Amino acid sequence: MPVIKVDGKDYEVAEGGNLLESCLGLGLDLPYFCWHPAMGSIGACRQCAVVQYQNEEDTRGRIVMACMTPVTDGAIFDLSGERASGFRQTVVESLMVDHPHDCPVCAEGGECHLQDMTVMTGHRDRHYRGTKKTYRNQYLGPLIHHEMNRCITCYRCTRFYRDYAGGTDLAALAAHDHVYFGRHREGTLESPFAGNLVEVCPTGVFTDKSLVHDYTRKWDLQSAPSVCTSCGVGCNTLPGERYGRLKRIHNRYNPAVNGYFLCDRGRFGGTHVNAESRIDFPAQRDSEGRFQALTDEACARALRDRLQGKRLAGIGSPRAGAEANLLLQRLVGAENYASGMADDEHALMQRALAHLVNSTAHNPSLREIESADAVLLLGEDLTHTAARTALALRQAVRNEAHRLAEELRLAPWQDAAIRNLAQDRRSPLHVVCAGSTDLDDIAAGHYRLVAADQARLASDIAAIIRGEARSDGAAARIAADLLAAERPLVLSGPGAGSAALLDGAAAIAEALVAAGKAAMLSFTAAECNSMGQALLCRDSHIALAALASTDAEVLIILENDLLRRLPMASVEALRARIPTWIGIDCLENDTLARCDLVLPAAAFTETEATYINQEGRAQRAFPTHPPAEARRPAWRWLLDLARAAGDRTLSGIGHFDDIGVTLAGEDPLLQGIASAAPDHSFRSRGLKIPRQPHRYSGRTAMRADVSVHEPRQTDDADSALAFSMEGSATTDRPGALLSYVWSPGWNSNQSLHKFQSEIGGALRGEGSGLRLLDSLAVAAATPAPLPEAFSRREQEWLLQARHHLFGSDELSRLGSGIEALTGRAAIYLHPEDASRLGLEAGDGAVIAGAALEVRLDPSQVPGSAGFSTGYPETLALRSGEWVNIDVASDWQRQPELIGSDRGAAS
Amino acid sequence: MSEQIHSLPADAMVLSDAEIAEIDAEIAHAPYRAAVAIDALKIIQAHRRWVSDECLEALAAYLEMPPAELEGIATFYNLIFRRPVGENVILVCNSVTCWIKGCEGIGAAVSQHLGIEPGETTADGRFTLLPITCLGACDRAPVMMVGEQKFEDVTVERIPAILDHGEGATPG
Repeated sequence: MPVIKVDGKDYEVAEGGNLLESCLGLGLDLPYFCWHPAMGSIGACRQCAVVQYQNEEDTRGRIVMACMTPVTDGAIFDLSGERASGFRQTVVESLMVDHPHDCPVCAEGGECHLQDMTVMTGHRDRHYRGTKKTYRNQYLGPLIHHEMNRCITCYRCTRFYRDYAGGTDLAALAAHDHVYFGRHREGTLESPFAGNLVEVCPTGVFTDKSLVHDYTRKWDLQSAPSVCTSCGVGCNTLPGERYGRLKRIHNRYNPAVNGYFLCDRGRFGGTHVNAESRIDFPAQRDSEGRFQALTDEACARALRDRLQGKRLAGIGSPRAGAEANLLLQRLVGAENYASGMADDEHALMQRALAHLVNSTAHNPSLREIESADAVLLLGEDLTHTAARTALALRQAVRNEAHRLAEELRLAPWQDAAIRNLAQDRRSPLHVVCAGSTDLDDIAAGHYRLVAADQARLASDIAAIIRGEARSDGAAARIAADLLAAERPLVLSGPGAGSAALLDGAAAIAEALVAAGKAAMLSFTAAECNSMGQALLCRDSHIALAALASTDAEVLIILENDLLRRLPMASVEALRARIPTWIGIDCLENDTLARCDLVLPAAAFTETEATYINQEGRAQRAFPTHPPAEARRPAWRWLLDLARAAGDRTLSGIGHFDDIGVTLAGEDPLLQGIASAAPDHSFRSRGLKIPRQPHRYSGRTAMRADVSVHEPRQTDDADSALAFSMEGSATTDRPGALLSYVWSPGWNSNQSLHKFQSEIGGALRGEGSGLRLLDSLAVAAATPAPLPEAFSRREQEWLLQARHHLFGSDELSRLGSGIEALTGRAAIYLHPEDASRLGLEAGDGAVIAGAALEVRLDPSQVPGSAGFSTGYPETLALRSGEWVNIDVASDWQRQPELIGSDRGAAS
Repeated sequence: MSEQIHSLPADAMVLSDAEIAEIDAEIAHAPYRAAVAIDALKIIQAHRRWVSDECLEALAAYLEMPPAELEGIATFYNLIFRRPVGENVILVCNSVTCWIKGCEGIGAAVSQHLGIEPGETTADGRFTLLPITCLGACDRAPVMMVGEQKFEDVTVERIPAILDHGEGATPG
């Protein structure tokens, strides 16, 4: 490893890095703006200037940009001398010339990288006396607030938005001293990753709109390590709370999963926890069918009355944590416990699990997905079903660029040079899906097929790779690209609803391994704990459809709206069959409305839970704040239910960690779940880890309208975290307990490097979840029959689900700002099919009783119809069914709004 | 606009046949369509004096590039006009050499003669006054341009004659 001299001291640094990341990795403070650990160097902002000397005799040296300077053995640098620091001070002063100094009214204030760097360089007195530029801001949609005056033109926004995330509608406009970062005209930013601009922008040009409207400074936010519950990827998040409200969600770095970035569903969808439809008190239906709130005692009595000596059945939930599901499974017995996924999805997830466990191909983490040098994506519109994974694929296709760079011995952080070198050359990505996808722009090939034909194509590809078949069509092209790669990735999932497709994906990966490739196989999962439910029910399970034929007297429904899983008629039949329904959930829904007893669950920001992502990685989420009113974590309600039912094993459980201790036994799955994070007894330097930064203010004032006597902070007996600013917040605390990132002088999230063992590497405190599938045994899946090839019918259309990032997920669609983006549920038709039906874009069509907006899409396979899945209007529709399409009679067309109208409305 | 409006493709409807033909001629020499962006903007401006939002979006669609990227190009160059201009654009140089030789008086004289400030267009639509940094004739400073005509060694006294009759333009 090279040894460099900085300010007269020798340091050993990693080979191949640049000086800036080496210095930061060594713990030296060197200011920067345009460099980003995930995006490399372009040397644009000139802020990281240092002096480099030729040799020991050289006394003059020369100014170099640290981010553009490779570290070489024996190199000598002056970081803190007058020349280097004076230069940096001048740079920041010139960047500040047009900056409005509006920190007191800026949402970035207190976590602003520009503030930090200005202070760090020592620039204090303004010499500029001229006028400052003022810009007109743009309406950029309901999620992002725009304030161009604050810009210091570091170009990070467009580098992330365009170069990293593939967005096309944000650009650097104009030139000289009036460069403007915005859209060509006002309107919602189109990229599903636009929210990352909030964290990528070093100052307050792009801020979180819902935070701006409901504002709290970072130092006044209470936060805890959490896991996103909006899809199956399991991105790590840092929700921030004050006054019992979720204010915002920031990224929490996990090197193996989400790295530095989130998708906008995850970032903005979480505020559903502030919805007015939250349940606050337990309630029981009275004789007139109305819900009446219960006191704690009355609730306990009601539970005893309804549960004692009764035969129980339970429906778990793929959006509830593993512990609550486990408790329910134990309480009702595995044979009376349904996973809570729709029966077809449950079967698909079991199949995906069996393939992942039994395949000789590697089941990759998200980080490993980025290393794939050829990708076959089967049946998933990934940007809408697992957006963060789609962002990872956007990096994977750049491996060709990195290969070209390596040939020229260009360092991987030379971002502009590598992009210039590669131009449009990408590693191959082949996308097989029922319609166009948001990855088509980087795809080497895209193939629009309905699920049955997707499965047939997958089977053909596998046969070609095995050498059993030949073709000169799409299958051969795809097979050739996969075989030409070293680390090919096959990615599929339950989104297309086809078991044969999952088998096909696994067969291709297997064939690639047999061909000597380091092949990877990955499946998406729809919800945050879908894989956990597949694991929990791997040996025993009752189908939802079979529940109606049991002799259960009480049905306990955990965080699940059954109308999303079962046809209405089946729900009604089940309701008629089982006399007592007890529902535990956080938001009102149609299932709770059918229950006899409703128990208010803590939302994901209020409960400890372990979620198991699509990779089989168990990750622990901790409550950001205690639940208000009579809301309680689902696992606590289940312990109450167990006590009421007289279950002696479960009744002995006191706090969260006891669940694992009591129930895990020899089960490697449960042992893994229990050890996903340090337990409640963990201490750092003998202290608990605070959720509040040490500058947290107003603890008395914020409830002075109630009482000026400050109550004792809530104890957290269940975890090593405290609802307090007191405790030990060292930078080497375990990653699973990283409640916020802050370091002296580094108030923004850029302080993260202080917590990393190396830039972009592991956290100093380790811990990025626990992979469970590597140590489990699951029976292999019985091959599914290959479906018949699709042939269109004269009067009927084959339904194919279309997933929408904003709208298809049950809870995130209620997030602040997101409800404005979900739009109407739609039916997608090929233009020729639509004209056959006499329908035009924007018309209404009736399918199985649901009135949907017609959208024309030339990529829709003729004879099939895509529908917005997961919308309240489309819950009755099932992918793979044949339906009639009729013209809706009294349909109101959506009025067209222009951007400024929406701006005025928001 | 006297030229016939082009009918297809839908997004390009605002571009005329003549414009499309000229742009196509440029595309024939380019490795990919978006490569002719600057020339295409100049073609549209030659036909219409300026590039409207509608034209920009239509052109972006025609060149198969994001409108934001084309807007980035259009706004980078100060001689691509994204707002309406008069029949003659007056460019008065305010760069170092012209400044030494008294261009401030020149600009003021133009303003006074036409009754417009820099950035404005006369009510009759004949003139738009814009400052510019260097017209490449520093040896004959102060310099200004009116439409396609260049005027060198300009004096305040010459302004009325230049603007009213185009007197004293440098041949070339």
